[in-house]
Amino acid sequence: MSKQRKAVALISGGLDSLLAVRVMQEQGIYVEGINFFTGFCVEGHTHAIRKKDRKKPKRNNALWCAEQLGIKLHILDIIEEYKEVLFNPKYGYGANLNPCLDCKIFMVKKAKEWMEAHDFDFIITGEVIGQRPMSQRKDTMPVVQRDSGVTDRLLRPLCAKNLPQTLPEREGWVKRDELYDFSGRTRKPQMALAKKFGFEDYAQPAGGCCFLTDKQYAVKLTDLWQSRGAREYELDDIMLLKVGRHIRPAPNYKLIVAREEGEGNFLQGYKRQYSQLRVTSHGGPLTLIDGELSSEDLQLAARIVARYSQGRMEPEVEMEFIDTSGHVQPMKVVPLGPMDVKSEWML
Amino acid sequence: MSRVTLDCQRLLCPMPVIRVQDKALQMHPGEEIEAICTDPGALNDIPAWSRINGHEVLETRAENDLYYVVVRIGEG
Ligand code: SF4
Repeated sequence: MSKQRKAVALISGGLDSLLAVRVMQEQGIYVEGINFFTGFCVEGHTHAIRKKDRKKPKRNNALWCAEQLGIKLHILDIIEEYKEVLFNPKYGYGANLNPCLDCKIFMVKKAKEWMEAHDFDFIITGEVIGQRPMSQRKDTMPVVQRDSGVTDRLLRPLCAKNLPQTLPEREGWVKRDELYDFSGRTRKPQMALAKKFGFEDYAQPAGGCCFLTDKQYAVKLTDLWQSRGAREYELDDIMLLKVGRHIRPAPNYKLIVAREEGEGNFLQGYKRQYSQLRVTSHGGPLTLIDGELSSEDLQLAARIVARYSQGRMEPEVEMEFIDTSGHVQPMKVVPLGPMDVKSEWML
Repeated sequence: MSRVTLDCQRLLCPMPVIRVQDKALQMHPGEEIEAICTDPGALNDIPAWSRINGHEVLETRAENDLYYVVVRIGEG
């Protein structure tokens, strides 16, 4: 009897990787999945934070895919290692701060290490030629194979027929004529294949798989780096960029203003790391302050926050400034007028 | 039976799952992990992860804005 061949699949939680695994399973390959957590992944965070989204059922799509497929899934925390990919991408960025090609190379390289450590035979991905502008082009796909060192142990079942033969095909572990030749941005062939396999209710993410492809997010991240004078971040920093309204009235400080109660509760968890402004006389958003403020800065900051409170039309609003040690300073301010909140402050 | 408690407060999914997963690697079948989380997503994600990887969820409960998930490590 021939040896049971084993493939490790990069599972993003989207339809393509779901299909790629099922195509392999149809050919008798044993598959386990890995999913990478860079800290920038879109997965459910804002849903967990925002109150209005809390009622919607939440699920982690990578776990959901694995369950549909009946495969094990390993979620790898690559937050630290990923920094180097983001700071110095050899192949540069896509439309925003997304280093997609370097990211793919890095993930395939990690998958290769995992494959070798766990005695698996090859790697599969759900990539399709021409599907994404940077990492899934006919000319960049071989770059991933070369730079990750995986060479011909990387199989892309959904477009393999358009690519040179790989080791699993040559060795007869998988049949090339039962692989696919998808290409381009159309989703129709994937949807038809999903139907054939009986998959419903799969995730259809718009754009990329992470916040780095988001223009507004990239602006906030660039601002964070500029304000710190260095390209650095911790997980908390990049989480906070997903929450609240970010306002920078001066280079030395930034306000993070909760947009609703769920965000306020979330920001509350940071009270030991950031000082806060709270409106006491009216309903108002919890606000964190990132940076050092002069007393003039504090006045302006408080007036801005008052602008977002229910007392915005009142002559005066009472507030508290609470520093990270919990010391409370009461304040009374005149809310800023609607025309005085400058658009260039908004990140 | 030994049970360890994992503090996953303030961690957003999938970090609580990753913490449970990494802890599970150091544990033996039959031992238990109780994860205490603030992200309600953990109530779905940790059980989903457990089902996939052959572990048993003994309990999930919400109490005062905290979410508890107890997992018994399986043989796999
Ligand atoms: S969208 Fe983000 S996670 Fe996806 S390949 Fe690009 S950089 Fe990597």
